[in-house]
Amino acid sequence: MLYAFKISARYLTANKGQTVLLVTGVAVGVFIFIFMSALIGGLAEFILSRTVGDLSHITIAAESDDPAILVTADGHMLVVTERGQTRTATLAEAATWLPLIAAVPGVKAVSPQINGAGFLTRGGQVSQVSVTGVEPGRESAILDLESYMIEGSARLGSGLIVLGTDLADDLALSLGQTLRLQSSQGVSAALTLSGIFETGNGGMDGARAFVSLSTARTLFAMPQGVTQIEIKLDDLNMADATARHIVSLTGLDAVPWTDGAEQLMEALNAQAQTGYFLKTFALITIVIGVASALLLSTYRRRPEIGIMRAMGAGRGFVVFVFVTQGALVGLMGGLMGASLGYLALLPFPSRDAFRAGTLPMDITQGSYGLAITLTVIGAIFASILPARAAANVDPVTAIGQ
Amino acid sequence: MTALLDVKDLVKTFGTGDVATQVLRGLSLDLAKGEMAALLGPSGSGKSTLLTILGTLMKPTSGRYHMLGQDLIAAQDKELTAFRNLHIGFVFQFHNLLPDFTALENVIFPTAVREGRESPAARARGRDLLVRMGLQERIDFPSTKLSGGQKQRVAVARALMNSPELVLADEPTGNLDRASAMQVMELIAQINREEGTTFLISTHDEKIANLCRRQLMVGDGVLTG
Repeated sequence: MLYAFKISARYLTANKGQTVLLVTGVAVGVFIFIFMSALIGGLAEFILSRTVGDLSHITIAAESDDPAILVTADGHMLVVTERGQTRTATLAEAATWLPLIAAVPGVKAVSPQINGAGFLTRGGQVSQVSVTGVEPGRESAILDLESYMIEGSARLGSGLIVLGTDLADDLALSLGQTLRLQSSQGVSAALTLSGIFETGNGGMDGARAFVSLSTARTLFAMPQGVTQIEIKLDDLNMADATARHIVSLTGLDAVPWTDGAEQLMEALNAQAQTGYFLKTFALITIVIGVASALLLSTYRRRPEIGIMRAMGAGRGFVVFVFVTQGALVGLMGGLMGASLGYLALLPFPSRDAFRAGTLPMDITQGSYGLAITLTVIGAIFASILPARAAANVDPVTAIGQ
Repeated sequence: MTALLDVKDLVKTFGTGDVATQVLRGLSLDLAKGEMAALLGPSGSGKSTLLTILGTLMKPTSGRYHMLGQDLIAAQDKELTAFRNLHIGFVFQFHNLLPDFTALENVIFPTAVREGRESPAARARGRDLLVRMGLQERIDFPSTKLSGGQKQRVAVARALMNSPELVLADEPTGNLDRASAMQVMELIAQINREEGTTFLISTHDEKIANLCRRQLMVGDGVLTG
């Protein structure tokens, strides 16, 4: 078969112009395949990082206490609820679970939090806010608060508060100024504005306040425990499995981000399907291109095939010559397309540096090996028809040409 | 002399029904090892068809064809291909060299295709044959750059590469000038004498035919003399 390989290579080098065109055609197909892989993969990364990146990948929230039920003497049930929504459910033993959760494989950060509602007042102005109390030093564990700071510091401490830029503008606040925060528990505290952030998310920038966990304990009258634990993972795609692991480990109600994100997942799946279609079309184009070029070559070389058959070359030998040609074209085009694809993707920012306004191309998701392998397989598949046609050439008729 | 091939009542019909044309009409022939025979006859008499059948490139409609004791009509394509490679050489009117190969590569093709590689032994024999054909200066020349006579001598060398018992030559000098034609025929005669290779040469040229020890006349699909 070494000799058949030599003949295949000779046929390809004998018509350099035609071979270069054919290989270039295949390379363009592979380039499109790689470009689409990097774009679709990068886009998915970008969307996820923008929508989920700053959110908790797994959240363990305290379960609300069920209302008390009293059974009267006549068998009627009385449900006893508290007036208003002032009672806050707590994870009383959070401190026990935190080291255990932090040791779960794939967990990047754990942030115990106390969340609640409150009112910010300064002078005659009042704004409703969502208050999050986090441990000092873990301000950027889930939401990368530090990276969004436009003024001051994200560092929280006793008597300090960090606000979104819209909220600060609404209250005409600047760094170092004091304001009053009254919690839904009716506790109020005077706090100093130590930082202003801007995430670009209106809800966050206009109605979110961060305080230290100790401040939140005072505000929400919660001397121990937390209202929720937020967990960040190394790979957000592992959220479902890691959440199940945490549930089995702690018995707590760990909810992955994918719960309630069905629409996002559907959109990402639809996007991935689009990518598969485009890549399939690129492959089909390669197969058709190789098949048509080799069919032409077979037709042009009919007399030679006839001579080879007359000299004792079997049908298998002829098939091998043309299939090898297809494989070589696929391999060369695959390598060329993959190299061009890699070079074309180099100028794009890496996945960690995706920014709005740029194409989120992820060079690591180019599927280079897959592209080359599928192209070689496709080219071999494409060459089978021409190869069989070549093997069936009647030597008498062919030599007569 | 020992019998090489034996053909009996060979019939070949092309087409069917009203357009059926019978080219061979019960032709019988035997050739002994070491013979050098000329096949004469007008155009359309069936010379080329006979050579094609003897070369196992085409099957007859009916009849019997044995060579080296083997029934070549019953044999399958794979067996015929192997048989042809080992025992039969071809020289065509238009040389039919592989255009993308050198003279040497063309000559060693029949051995290389059998062995699956261009062995040093095959290359050595190919060189010897080309030297014998007077082409020592053209061994590594691209076949397309050779003259007509040179191409035909390369074709003769290729036909002899596997030391076949039979070489079938269809108008081997038909496309050459007189000097080249005589040169090729002298080489064929020399190989026939020295190696005992059997040659069956189809020709219109009586001078060429006279160089052969036996002349066979084909007419109307049968041997007439």
